[in-house]
Amino acid sequence: MSEPLLLADLFGSFANAFDFITSPQPSAFAGGEVGGPEQVLSKLAEHVKVSAVALTASLVVALPLGIYLGHRGKGEGAAIAVGNAGRAIPELALIAFLVAFIGVGFLNVTIALAVLGVPPILTNAFVGINQVDRTTVEAAKGMGMTGAEVVRRIEIPLAIPTIMSGVRAAAIAIIATATIAPLAGLETLGDFIINRNVFGDEGVLAGAILVAGLAIAVELLLAGLQRLLTPRGIRVQRLAAATA
Amino acid sequence: MLPAAQIDESFFSDRSGSDCISENGAFCAGWALDNLDRYLGPALEHIVLVLVSVGAGFAIALALALLSHRRRWLVPPLTVTTGILYTIPSLAFFFLLLPITGRGNVTAVIALTAYTLQILYRNIVTGLANVPAETKDAGRGMGMSQRQLLWRVELPLAMPEIIAGLRIATVSTVALATLAVFAGAGGLGSELISGSNITFRTGVILAGGLAILIAISFDLLLVGTQRLLAPWRRVRPV
Repeated sequence: MSEPLLLADLFGSFANAFDFITSPQPSAFAGGEVGGPEQVLSKLAEHVKVSAVALTASLVVALPLGIYLGHRGKGEGAAIAVGNAGRAIPELALIAFLVAFIGVGFLNVTIALAVLGVPPILTNAFVGINQVDRTTVEAAKGMGMTGAEVVRRIEIPLAIPTIMSGVRAAAIAIIATATIAPLAGLETLGDFIINRNVFGDEGVLAGAILVAGLAIAVELLLAGLQRLLTPRGIRVQRLAAATA
Repeated sequence: MLPAAQIDESFFSDRSGSDCISENGAFCAGWALDNLDRYLGPALEHIVLVLVSVGAGFAIALALALLSHRRRWLVPPLTVTTGILYTIPSLAFFFLLLPITGRGNVTAVIALTAYTLQILYRNIVTGLANVPAETKDAGRGMGMSQRQLLWRVELPLAMPEIIAGLRIATVSTVALATLAVFAGAGGLGSELISGSNITFRTGVILAGGLAILIAISFDLLLVGTQRLLAPWRRVRPV
C-alpha cells in the first residue's frame, strides 16, 4: 500500500465526517437520512444539558463542603481519600451499574455524572483553601475580619487556581462520560459513536470530532474563567514563578 | 486478544440451583464462583493495557521533562500540548484514531498514553523544580557534572512527586481502560458490553469490582515503591 493512497483515504474519511455534520446523509444501514446540522445540534444540546446540570450539582455539593473543611482544617484524610477513590471509579462500569440497578433516564444519568464530578472539586477546594498561608489568615484576623470574611476575601481568592483546576477536571470527566450516556438511554453526541449501525463510519468519526471539540471548547472556556477570577496580584506572581 | 464471549444457555445458570440468575439478583455468588474464569482473560488484558500505556506515557513524559528541564521556555508549550491531549475524551480519541490505526490494541494504547502525558509531565516538572537551589549548589560544590547532578540529586529528590503522578495516572488509566472495548482492545469493559450485557447485575458488579481492585492494587504497589525509593519524605497526590 503506497503512502499517498493512505493519506487520500484518511483525508476522505475526515471529509465524509464533515459532510455528515453539515448535511443529512442517506443511511447505509437503517434507511432514511442521518446526520445534518439539526440532528447534530439536538444531540449536542442534550450532551451540554446533562453535563451542565451534573457539573452544577457536583459544584453545589462539593464546593461548600470542601471550602468549609479546608477553612476548618478538618477532615483532611477524608477529603484526600474521596479524591483518590473518585479516580478509581470505572466510567463504563458506573453507567452499567446505573442501567442494571437504578434505571435509565435523564435524572439517573445526571446523578451518575455528578458522582464523578464531586471528588476532584471536593479535594481541590479543600487543598486550595487549606494551603493558604496561615500567617496571611492571621493578618486578616488581626485587621478585624470575621471567619466568613476571611473565607470570602482571603482564602477563596488565593485558592482560585487550585479550585478551578478541580472544576476543570470534573467538567472534562463529566463531558467524557456523557459520551457513553446513550447506553443509559440518553441521546448525547456519543449516540453517533456508539450506534455505528445507524450512523455509519462517517457518523462515528463525526461524533468523535464533535465530542473532542466540545471538551476542548469547555476547557478553554473554564481556563478563561479561571483567568478572570484569579486576582491580578497572584497572576503576576505565578507568571514570575513560571519563568524563573 | 480473546474473542468476544459467546452467550449460550449455560451462561445464565448456576450450579447452586437458586433462582438468583433468572431473577437477576443483585449479586449471585454461586454464578460468580462458577464463572470467575471468564473474567481472568479480560482482567489480564486490562492489566497489560494499563502497564503498556502508563509505561509508554512515563517514558515520553520523562523525556519531555528532561528536555525542558534546562530549557524552561519549552514548559508552557509542552504543558498546553499535553493538556489538550488530556482533554480529549478517550472514547472520542479511539474513533479519531480509527481511520489511521484501525481497531485494536494499538489504538487503545495510543489514546490512553496520550491521556497520561499531562499528569506525568506536570508532576515530573514540578518535582524537579521543587529541588532546593542550595541542594543543587551543594552538589555542584562537590564537583558534580550537570548529568551527575540530575541523576544523583535532582531525580531522587523529585521521586515523591514523580510517584504521586504515576499513582494518579495509573489509577485513572485503569478506570478509563474499561472503555478500550470500544476500540476493539478487550479489557474488563468487554465483559460489560459484549460478554453479557449491561443489565446483568452480577456481571456489572464483577467487572466493575475487578477494575477497582486492579486500581487499588496498582496504587498500593506504587505507594510501596515510593517508600523504598524515597523513604525520607511522603507526599500525597493532589
